[in-house]
Amino acid sequence: MNPGLHDALHALGPQAAHIVDLWRIFLFICTAVFAAVMAALAYALWHAPRSRTGEPPDLRAVNRPEPGPRRSVATAVTATVLLLLVLLAASVFTDRALARLPLKDAINIEVTAHQWWWTVRYVSGPVNETFETANEIHVPVGRPVLVKLHSDDVIHSLWIPSLAGKRDLIPGRTAQLAFRADRPGIYRGQCAEFCGFQHAFMAFEVHAHAPQDYEAWRRRQLAIPPEPADPQARRGKQLFQSLSCAMCHGVQGTPAQGRRAPDLTHLASRRMIDAGTMPNTQGNMASWIADPHRHKPGVNMPANPLSAEDLGALVAYLGTLE
Amino acid sequence: MSVGPLGEKPHPTKGRQKDGLAGGELVARVLDETWRDPPGFFGWFCAVNHKSIARRFLVTTLVFFALGGLLAAAMRLQLARPGNTLMGPDLYNQVFSMHGTTMMFLFAVPVMQAVAIYLLPLMLGARATAFPRLTAYSYWIFLFGGLLLYLAFLSNAGPESGWFNYVPLAGPEYGAGKRSDIWAQTVTFTEVSALLDAVIIICTVFKMRAPGMALNRMPLYAWAMLVTAFTILFAMPAVALASSMLIMDRLVATHFFNPGEGGDALLWQHLFWFFGHPEVYLIFMPGLGFISTIIPTFARRPIFGYTAMVLSLVATGFLSFGLWVHHMFATNLPDLGKTFFTAASLLIAIPTGVQIFCWIATLWTGRLDFRTPLLYVLGFFFILVLGGMTGLMLASVSLDAQVHDTYFVVAHLHYVLIGGAVFPLFGAFHYWFPKFTGRMMSERVGRWSFGLMFAGFNIAFFPMHLLGLQGMPRRVYTYPAEMGWGGLNLLATAGAVTLLVGILLTLVNAVRSARSGVPAPADPWGGGTLEWATASPPRMCNFPALPVVHGRDPLWQPAPPEAPDHVAGLAIDVREVLTTTVAEARPDSRMMFPESSPWPFLAAVATTVLFVASIFTPWAVVWGAIPVAITLVAWFWPRPKEAAEELALEKTP
Repeated sequence: MNPGLHDALHALGPQAAHIVDLWRIFLFICTAVFAAVMAALAYALWHAPRSRTGEPPDLRAVNRPEPGPRRSVATAVTATVLLLLVLLAASVFTDRALARLPLKDAINIEVTAHQWWWTVRYVSGPVNETFETANEIHVPVGRPVLVKLHSDDVIHSLWIPSLAGKRDLIPGRTAQLAFRADRPGIYRGQCAEFCGFQHAFMAFEVHAHAPQDYEAWRRRQLAIPPEPADPQARRGKQLFQSLSCAMCHGVQGTPAQGRRAPDLTHLASRRMIDAGTMPNTQGNMASWIADPHRHKPGVNMPANPLSAEDLGALVAYLGTLE
Repeated sequence: MSVGPLGEKPHPTKGRQKDGLAGGELVARVLDETWRDPPGFFGWFCAVNHKSIARRFLVTTLVFFALGGLLAAAMRLQLARPGNTLMGPDLYNQVFSMHGTTMMFLFAVPVMQAVAIYLLPLMLGARATAFPRLTAYSYWIFLFGGLLLYLAFLSNAGPESGWFNYVPLAGPEYGAGKRSDIWAQTVTFTEVSALLDAVIIICTVFKMRAPGMALNRMPLYAWAMLVTAFTILFAMPAVALASSMLIMDRLVATHFFNPGEGGDALLWQHLFWFFGHPEVYLIFMPGLGFISTIIPTFARRPIFGYTAMVLSLVATGFLSFGLWVHHMFATNLPDLGKTFFTAASLLIAIPTGVQIFCWIATLWTGRLDFRTPLLYVLGFFFILVLGGMTGLMLASVSLDAQVHDTYFVVAHLHYVLIGGAVFPLFGAFHYWFPKFTGRMMSERVGRWSFGLMFAGFNIAFFPMHLLGLQGMPRRVYTYPAEMGWGGLNLLATAGAVTLLVGILLTLVNAVRSARSGVPAPADPWGGGTLEWATASPPRMCNFPALPVVHGRDPLWQPAPPEAPDHVAGLAIDVREVLTTTVAEARPDSRMMFPESSPWPFLAAVATTVLFVASIFTPWAVVWGAIPVAITLVAWFWPRPKEAAEELALEKTP
């Protein structure tokens, strides 16, 4: 299973690339300074004569200035100050470059974090073109994306290492994050702020598409899934609405309108389930529904002790939600 | 005939015999008897001698260090391979929270204060710390706070929201049960203890120095502890305030941190890190003091750049209050404001750099003797400088956006804290072990333990830099195999085990040497500071005659001809001490120090009842205050015997 690209030094968007450039400057200067300090220390240790414990101390320094060492220390401190200024300038210019990502024609998205999953709302365009999905962000290549960040419960942090630095989602506050993906592909992201039991598996994916593929995906998301034709799936739909599923999950175009858990309108089109944790296969789905705590201890979804037949029907229905 | 306020008369005999070298061993024995703690089981609870208290304090903090280390080992075992099921998230979250809380609140800060309470009076030429009973009280409070935390952990109520305990995760809505309250009250205990010890250290350094030890002759270790104590005094109230607000949010439904009712979740982070960042430096600065003491002894020369070193310490203490927002770069604070904190965070590298360059200059111009303490100092150089470099990276807002809350930060903070505090502490431990116990530690085992610790540390923590850059977040109880983090994590675990073996070897060396090591003379290393002037281990009275100081390294710069090398004239049968002026250390006044007393212990018990009960009901603050008040009144109640002795001293100065 390919987890998607997830590496801060492997940048595939301008925001992450600026930071990689800055990283190289810091790495170069810091390595050079570290090497210089260690070399000076090693030379001092090698050069100084040896003594034995209890030998009388050398007290010449008490009453006599030591111009040589004083000059060396002053030079080293001056060099330190100058190099720190270089680092400061590099850092400030990178901050500016990040803030100046052109946002013309940006896609507007609102991400709300929950314990331990993500709501993604697409809010560009007229109201009837807004839609909601979960744990997957789809973007067109080459267009900037402006993400508004909210939290529904505790503090989380949205991080897509290969595309941009992280930003916290804090209840009661709205933050923003802008990024752009320059190459099609799947990028993994993860919550970076400790948020409780399943912080470790609060992941998501960013899918970057060619513009026409993105448009096609967007059209599909706006559509309401068709009534299932297969009788097993139809029974599954009834079960979904009569069991506890619909209390928390929503499926557009049906009476299931729960808002406490991920929207499942187009669940079958998603690559992963359980907040980027397991591949979206029938087997994983059935196993998850039956006992989520076996996979992710502490999650808010209850176990569902269903008969094999009911479970099969439910999974068949969810499989029709393309 | 003068009469005291209670109508008592001067004591007929006390205070007539005076100390000084003329009296010889007989006078010294009387002095020892005067300063000794009462014998027996009950006497143990009455002890106020700074060495007895500091020894207990030190052992307690080292036990917590061991417990924190075992928790770390458990975490490394869990993370050794992906998808490990040794621990579930509930236990793992408690374990990492306990590890952080233990190491920061129960080990790193208090161990430095424990060493200071032992060493400072010896190094400054005094017979006691200022406020001896308060020293005892603050130890008991610390012990009870640590016990509370560990008893809670054993009963599955250990804190689970990290040592930083962010709200709302730790708040009333999402932090169910009493786990966060236990954390908050543990912090209250350790704050009270740390603040009191800070007051004790400041007063000891300012008023109890030997005559002649002007501020510009004070050992750098005393300077480091002075700056540390002031930093504690200004930093710790912020977290005490924050944890009290958290308790109130949880117990009486205030809304300090509840955004739904006009509170602010970010307020916690500001208050916590306003304490939390200086915390790092007040762990690090005592380490700098150790190094400034160890290097001159093994380079056989006075430190180079004394004035620059002192100013750097003071600058570090000040600047440490201007960095806290760099822990919050991922929040939506204004970007321009964050840039200021980038500059401040880079700025603090300068005073640290000055000290490192001065130490290298001292080594460069000295004659070196590579004993175990010096090896630990050299290990410090490698690790701390590397950790400082990653610290510069974290100071940049943009770079931090990538590495914040990843294993890169875990690597960085262990490089600065273990490099900046634990390695110097182990060096100090080897250096002063002969003074503590009267026996030398084995040099051969010391070298082995240093080698294992140094190698193990780097193998454990260097790979974490790479893991962070590869995207591994902190505080995860496990990770999927597909991420490819397994190999480096296994390597880190192997390093952690090596580090653990190195630390255990030091422990074995300490226990064996304390029993059967080579007996140590008063000054086994030829050191220049005053603690080496007295016997190893020190007598109960520290110094039979108080020394007079004539230079920065008193033992290397003895009194010039016709100048006094000690003072005489303090009473030997009561606890009379000499205080000196703050700047120039001229003799100022003579004070009577209090007798041993059970009341500090009982007051600590009463305070503990108040603190623990207030986890459960706010009324504990009201009713619990009564026993605290009773014990404090008894503590300070004037006794006719003491008043009579003081009167006698006034009559026969």
